[in-house]
Amino acid sequence: MTNKTVLHAKHLASGAKMVDFYGWEMPINYGSQIEEHHAVRKSAGMFDVSHMTIVDVQGTDAKAFLRRLVINDVAKLTIPGKALYTGMLNEAGGVIDDLIIYFFSDTNYRLVVNSATREKDLAWMTKQATGFDITITERPEFGMIAVQGPEAIAKVGTLLSAEESAAVEGMKPFFGVQVGDLFIATTGYTGELGYEIILPESATEDFWQKLLDAGVAPCGLGARDTLRLEAGMNLYGLDMDESVSPIAANMAWTISWEPTDRDFIGREVLTAQKSAGDQPKLVGLVLEEKGVLRTAQKVITEAGEGIITSGTFSPTLGHSVALARVPRSVKVGDVVEVEMRKKLVKVTVTKPSFVRNGKKVF
Amino acid sequence: MSNIPSELKYATSHEWVRLESDGTATIGITEHAQDLLGDMVFVELPDVDDSISVGDDVAVAESVKAASDIYSPVSGTVIAINEELEDAPELLNSDAFGGGWLFKVKLDDASELENLLDAEGYKNSIDED
Repeated sequence: MTNKTVLHAKHLASGAKMVDFYGWEMPINYGSQIEEHHAVRKSAGMFDVSHMTIVDVQGTDAKAFLRRLVINDVAKLTIPGKALYTGMLNEAGGVIDDLIIYFFSDTNYRLVVNSATREKDLAWMTKQATGFDITITERPEFGMIAVQGPEAIAKVGTLLSAEESAAVEGMKPFFGVQVGDLFIATTGYTGELGYEIILPESATEDFWQKLLDAGVAPCGLGARDTLRLEAGMNLYGLDMDESVSPIAANMAWTISWEPTDRDFIGREVLTAQKSAGDQPKLVGLVLEEKGVLRTAQKVITEAGEGIITSGTFSPTLGHSVALARVPRSVKVGDVVEVEMRKKLVKVTVTKPSFVRNGKKVF
Repeated sequence: MSNIPSELKYATSHEWVRLESDGTATIGITEHAQDLLGDMVFVELPDVDDSISVGDDVAVAESVKAASDIYSPVSGTVIAINEELEDAPELLNSDAFGGGWLFKVKLDDASELENLLDAEGYKNSIDED
């Protein structure tokens, strides 16, 4: 059974090449994924992310539940609309999923999780909810559009009512606000400014069309992947999964160690890993010569072997970049080798972030 | 359905061959092949004067999605390569049968071309994929 988003007909009308993405028929590109990539870096592009899973967690114990469920601490969220990126771990400290949590009040939160992990995420949350006075409600009745790029906010602005414009005016990064039918958030997966907009399915096609008319380029999963990789953002299933610690996936910054008495799932294992200091780490790799670094290629360093978790050609930089998991003693600036198509090539280790706001950052 | 010019010969591995009036052959990859690979980012070509045989992996087309070996559909000596592809690999996407040509060969044996598919045969072979 293949799922289709509410924008399926719109994609076909724009000439999209459709592919199966974990049970969803989604656009991979509308002709050229590189042109779509550049549209987001230089102007504005949009992605149908209606396949993503929205889950509302509400009730007296919502805060206590989430403080147990995820590695970041939702108690840090005090301003309504503030968002938090974090991970949800199993008891062994492996990443079940990464997610964004929007805070509305201590009894009302919205989670956006990956569609590929929807079933196990919901099952895990339901299992962990025992003893907490909460409701967990999936919200499949919404569409979701990510509009990203230096001109994204201005272009979306032309479609908003006075009330909606006032609500998003001056909104800082990583916030969301519900105004009428629209939930508008300053989040994204590209390293550019923009919005992610959640809206009723019945209004989604019309909103997409208006964005098209405003000159926003439709972009597929291909461009979404090169953009997120340039921005150094993890993709679940490639850069981390249930066998990987967040410490080994550049997610340590999403762990709240304080207060020490917060008993989140996986805490014991992470604490032991942290004091042992033996977890590998996720770094960036840059290949300046011809060729493209790819997932699963072996990385050879003086400290031992590592592996490329995701690699691609960077359209912004004009050469290949990758995220790789390597021994912790490997340092930024080191030159290491990658086994690529039967030969060894030299690559430079960087921080796991390559492009932000259209500019090289390493 | 992609374009399959009737005047060319084809290999099942998606290369095309055009026999020129001077008896040399020009080789490229088909529109169908570039469509499967997506946006090209690098092309590695053989060197001029290389001696090549049918089935040799002589070139690589690397797209955002994957690196794909290109096999020579003919035997002979490479007499020219498309140097424009160094800076403009996207020619393989936009003009697979024209500006996106890869290399030219002085053929050892022109009768070898008879082993290749015509447009109809190639169309059937990709319909089976």
